Amino acid sequence: MSRKDIQKKQEEIELAQDLPVFAPAADIYEKEDAILVVCDMPGVDDKHVDVTLDNDELTLTGYQHIEEPEGYELLHRGYAEGIFRRSFTLTSEINREKIEAKITNGILRLTLPKAEEVQPRKISVSAG
Amino acid sequence: MLMVRRYENDPFAELKSLQREMNRLFNGYATGPSDDYPAVNIWSSAEEVLVTAELPGFALDDISITVKNNYLTIEGERKPQKMEEGVKCHRCERGSGRFLRSFTLPYEAEADKVKATYRDGVLTIRAPRAEHSKPRQIKITAD
Repeated sequence: MSRKDIQKKQEEIELAQDLPVFAPAADIYEKEDAILVVCDMPGVDDKHVDVTLDNDELTLTGYQHIEEPEGYELLHRGYAEGIFRRSFTLTSEINREKIEAKITNGILRLTLPKAEEVQPRKISVSAG
Repeated sequence: MLMVRRYENDPFAELKSLQREMNRLFNGYATGPSDDYPAVNIWSSAEEVLVTAELPGFALDDISITVKNNYLTIEGERKPQKMEEGVKCHRCERGSGRFLRSFTLPYEAEADKVKATYRDGVLTIRAPRAEHSKPRQIKITAD
């Protein structure tokens, strides 16, 4: 990374810090073998979303960019440019190595598979 | 749920927008769609009106847009998340159901030429101004 790139990156970060942070609506589902997290992030594509895991804290961040059209007059603002952010604390039953995330049509979906040892299993009983 | 919003001549527009912003900050965890669903931004120029709406996770068939004179309506249905049997929902904040929102445009639009695109959960509508509603320069002739 050249100096210019670093500077650009820093500018981006600083710019991002000035933006308001919104908590997007999220659903959490539990399946037998995984936890699913579904989160609304309209206007965010795969290049502007970050999923980070810091110890037990899972953080979802989406950067929504609004292109202000030039030569237009703003009549109504129902939503402003900002950052979507939600954090969740993972329990020990989640297999941290196998977390998957994808974003389509402004919806971020995470699959957090449960570790093998906590999945319910059937124990066969033998007569004897 | 029919909502008609007027954005012109509202002295409290700025205040309301601040209130909305605050609500959005604090009520991010709200269940179901709020009064202002979907959130929209509206711009206009001399040639067209540009509307963007936050509609994440929609199929194109589930949104319909109608334009009549200077009246724009967006309606649709957000289908509930489909889940297999035996899946428990621990937190269900994302609502589902029908919505309808109408707007009065600052001038009549050419209904046949309205274009809409959908990308990353944001709907963008461009409604060009109707030819007959464009202002006309009137020549003054000396007598």
